[in-house]
Amino acid sequence: MSALTVYVEGAGVWSPQLADFDALRAAVQGQVPTPPSTRPAATVLPAGERRRAPESVLLAVEVAAQAVAMSGREAATLPCVFTSSHGDQAIMDYMCTVLASAPSELSPTRFHNSVHNAPAGYWTMATGCHAPSNAVCAQRASVGAGLLEAASLALADARPVLLVCSDVAGNGPLAEVTDSPAPFGCALVLSPQPGPSTLGRLVLHLCPGSIADVPASSPVPAEWIASSPSAVALPLLALLAQGGGRCRLMAAGSLAMDVDLEECA
Amino acid sequence: MLQPINPLAVSAYTATSALGRGREAHRRALEAARTGLRANDFSLAPLACWVGRVDGVEQAPLPAPLAVWECRNNRLAWLGLHQDGVLDAVHAARERYGATRVALLVGTSTASIGATEEAYRRLGPDGGFPEDMLRPPIHAPHSLAGFLAEALGLEGPCLTISTACSSSAKVFASAERLIRLGVVDAALVGGVDTLCESVLFGFNALGLVSPAPCRPFDQARSGISIGEAAGFALLERAGAAPDAPRLLGYGEASDAHHMSTPHPEGLGAELALRDALARAGLEPAQVDYINLHGTASLKNDEVEAALIARAFPPATRASSTKGFTGHTLGAAGILEAVVALLAIEHGLVPGNLGAEQPDPACGPQFAWSNEARPVHVALSNSFGFGGNNACLAFARAERGA
Repeated sequence: MSALTVYVEGAGVWSPQLADFDALRAAVQGQVPTPPSTRPAATVLPAGERRRAPESVLLAVEVAAQAVAMSGREAATLPCVFTSSHGDQAIMDYMCTVLASAPSELSPTRFHNSVHNAPAGYWTMATGCHAPSNAVCAQRASVGAGLLEAASLALADARPVLLVCSDVAGNGPLAEVTDSPAPFGCALVLSPQPGPSTLGRLVLHLCPGSIADVPASSPVPAEWIASSPSAVALPLLALLAQGGGRCRLMAAGSLAMDVDLEECA
Repeated sequence: MLQPINPLAVSAYTATSALGRGREAHRRALEAARTGLRANDFSLAPLACWVGRVDGVEQAPLPAPLAVWECRNNRLAWLGLHQDGVLDAVHAARERYGATRVALLVGTSTASIGATEEAYRRLGPDGGFPEDMLRPPIHAPHSLAGFLAEALGLEGPCLTISTACSSSAKVFASAERLIRLGVVDAALVGGVDTLCESVLFGFNALGLVSPAPCRPFDQARSGISIGEAAGFALLERAGAAPDAPRLLGYGEASDAHHMSTPHPEGLGAELALRDALARAGLEPAQVDYINLHGTASLKNDEVEAALIARAFPPATRASSTKGFTGHTLGAAGILEAVVALLAIEHGLVPGNLGAEQPDPACGPQFAWSNEARPVHVALSNSFGFGGNNACLAFARAERGA
């Protein structure tokens, strides 16, 4: 295939160590950024919803808002792709626990918040966005597969797209099989054309059959990357913070994707 | 303004639901106006409702080499794949294009959460999953796609779309984009959702489950009946299958209104519909049949009936087939895409089973009983929680050629 080329116009990030993309910039320069508060602020949400919203929604909405603000785009106009390997594990744990003991006591609100597209739903409501919204996953390849989906949407429909990758920490017995000890979220605004707020050019190239990760030489601590299925985006975000380079993501279970990032003046 | 897309060939397609296994079983049930719904015999705790359950899943284990993927949802996927020559068509596409050039895009709302529910019912003394359930891939929402990729030997892009009840409609849109951009040459799209405690008691908690068989668009409708289904379609460029029916277009849009209630004016649904017509290069009057989302929930049917009444001329026919199959949630998109394709193939507009007293919001477009007439163009509506809307447009081969 020919490579897919898109332009990054904004980036957001939130983890127990990183409050935003500036914190990541500081981290790759060897500084120790001030950690954020324990709950993502997600100030885009109306106050009532912010209090009630599950952490999975706060996390996704927080990084989405950071990326869109940096891009200078209008959130309402952006189609969005939300990717998450495990969705809301706290709600899954709650539901499976209640269903095993007293199924008729299941909370209706928690049930409707359990859908994989809950963050997309709350985001589109908070921003008045009627553009297409999507919620996807691909096991440990959710970041790469989501990036491919978002880039193909941006190029096929010739419009900028918001990509959000997030996973909350594992919860209860489920945590044993999800291997995601910490929350992590990040977001990118991807445009088919370069523009005044372009941060860098991403060239995506699928590498059929090659599943071995290139040796990690990221300036980001390996334990951060291993802390969440969504944190595999960190080497790519670090390239963006540094100005350029190449990394490799899984786009599917047996399909790698080389990502070349070039700084744009 | 959106440009029309190049239509794609739907070179193989199938569905398995409470109506039976494969297209012929569905055609026969639709022709006979015979529902597949039955009194709930699925949930462990009693729940007075009706379900669209697929017979024989319990007797159909996965082959030993795939046993790590064992769960009801993957069993139903495997059963569904073996109907209507889809498995052979996928193998042929893999040979023709190469394993990395065939995308696998499937929709599901709950994937194999039923297996996770079971693990929680059988937690060990240490509070952990029992040994036989320590299979991480089946406790993730990608379980279905991961299973299919391994079972089919596909090595291209592989994605799960999980946008509740629009999931397996949106897979057609993602597939078209990947084919148009030259990332792949073909895509197996589809969706599978199975009955599980989460959805039965979850929709019940929301007050959306009917105690009786669902009655879409009936004045006295009392909620949904939940069903299960598997369906698949192989999409290729039109030249690869000149006589196959066509995917003409698709539309996707968001309500931005409420997590579990549709926009009162059907804004997202209408945007998705207009988007689908624009990509298909169609005027509303060219649409012969619309398979409606029509869940039999009070709000959905009211909003959707009004949309059809204002957007289409009386000659366009419309019906919900959820009275036959129940609402198969994340599988509804593909199941009802197959119903739309059957309408085209057999000149059969299925009647809106279950409604006795039509809701006054319904216009003259509604087909309350079966109608035999040529169907050249058919749409399928799918709407999901989170205000997630999709609309698909299909046509006979000659129209798309």
